[in-house]
Amino acid sequence: MQGESGAAVLEARDLAGERGGRLVFAGVSFRLARGEALVLVGANGAGKTTLLRVLAGLGRVAEGVLAWEGESVAEDLLAHAARIALLGHLDALKPQLTVFETLRHEARIRGGSAEEAIAAVGLEPLAGAPVRILSAGQRRRLALARLMLGGRPLWLLDEPTVALDAAGVGTLGRLVSAHRAGGGMVVASSHLDLPIADARTLRLAA
Amino acid sequence: MRAWLGLVARDLALARRNAGDTLAAIAFFLLACGLFPFAVGPDPMVLARMAAGVVWVAALLAALLPLDRLVGSDYEDGTLDQLLVSGLHPAALAVAKAAVHWLATGVPILLAAPFGAVMLALPLRAVPVLVAALALGTAVLSLLGIAGAALTLGARRGGVLLPLLVLPLTIPVLIFGAAAVEAGSVGLAVGPHLAMLGALLAAALPLAPLAAGIALRSAVE
Repeated sequence: MQGESGAAVLEARDLAGERGGRLVFAGVSFRLARGEALVLVGANGAGKTTLLRVLAGLGRVAEGVLAWEGESVAEDLLAHAARIALLGHLDALKPQLTVFETLRHEARIRGGSAEEAIAAVGLEPLAGAPVRILSAGQRRRLALARLMLGGRPLWLLDEPTVALDAAGVGTLGRLVSAHRAGGGMVVASSHLDLPIADARTLRLAA
Repeated sequence: MRAWLGLVARDLALARRNAGDTLAAIAFFLLACGLFPFAVGPDPMVLARMAAGVVWVAALLAALLPLDRLVGSDYEDGTLDQLLVSGLHPAALAVAKAAVHWLATGVPILLAAPFGAVMLALPLRAVPVLVAALALGTAVLSLLGIAGAALTLGARRGGVLLPLLVLPLTIPVLIFGAAAVEAGSVGLAVGPHLAMLGALLAAALPLAPLAAGIALRSAVE
């Protein structure tokens, strides 16, 4: 695997995370270098989402260290936030805005081009449509488009294939490949096979 | 700054699409002002005596109406997570939310205030003072309100908790705001009262967003 030799950018050492005051995972260690991908697997409730939120700086590190290029992430959460592109369970879309408006506003907040992002997920025909009328799969595609804005180096994907059709899964695979080819990193959770080539797997025990 | 303006622009666009919230706040304000003549009788002397206070209380209550949705909807649909990883400081998020609340609710109430004042027989010469004082006071309320809304995120019955948390904090605004209008209606100097409102705004501007920012962060944990 190419990654083990490259310099680790994101490193977790004995990481533990809690949800609602209860420890859901502990002793998680991994290193991720540029261009690498890590897939989190584990039963429902094993803490995949919690771990992704900890990696995003949204969840608290209960124990252990999360480091970026050797510096603890907790030292500067704001700087860490600017490295993250997050695809959560919730699509974080506003039904009142159109597809294009959604991405144009996001592009102003994060940087990047709304047009390119729309084209990359194949939503051009719906650019003027309100988010309200999109199907679940189309909403998911729109949420995927947000990942591309701002050139964020670390993509955190929580069950990214949910609601996507075969073409959508293919799009996801292409976006992830392009991101990794550009030196980006991906951590994704899934209980299905993800379209991510030569990814390492991290199993979380329930 | 560009990112911050982008957030304000997005939330203003949403407020425009949800114009019903603004209209509801204005309608509530005018109705609340309009109820008093029925309750205490139409005597202009009596009404004018209490007009300043009534307009202020009605404006504060009306401005509270859309507050919990402003942050609550972002919390529920995952937008708050996205904003917290956008790279904007959480306190800057809170300032943006307060600015949008002020523009979408505070300013419309300012524009409706003269009509409410007329219904309560407030002397016309006090109306400019009323609008100036409300401009400062509603801005303070927006800041306190966002802090309150952030603190009650995720709490069951947050919508009920929010006014209980915020209204006591608005007492200083109410005192100096009503006093300014009172002074204006009898021709006394209004400067000191407005200056006090400005001072309250200057204090709320750094403190409320900092508190709100910490609350937003802990709400998603």
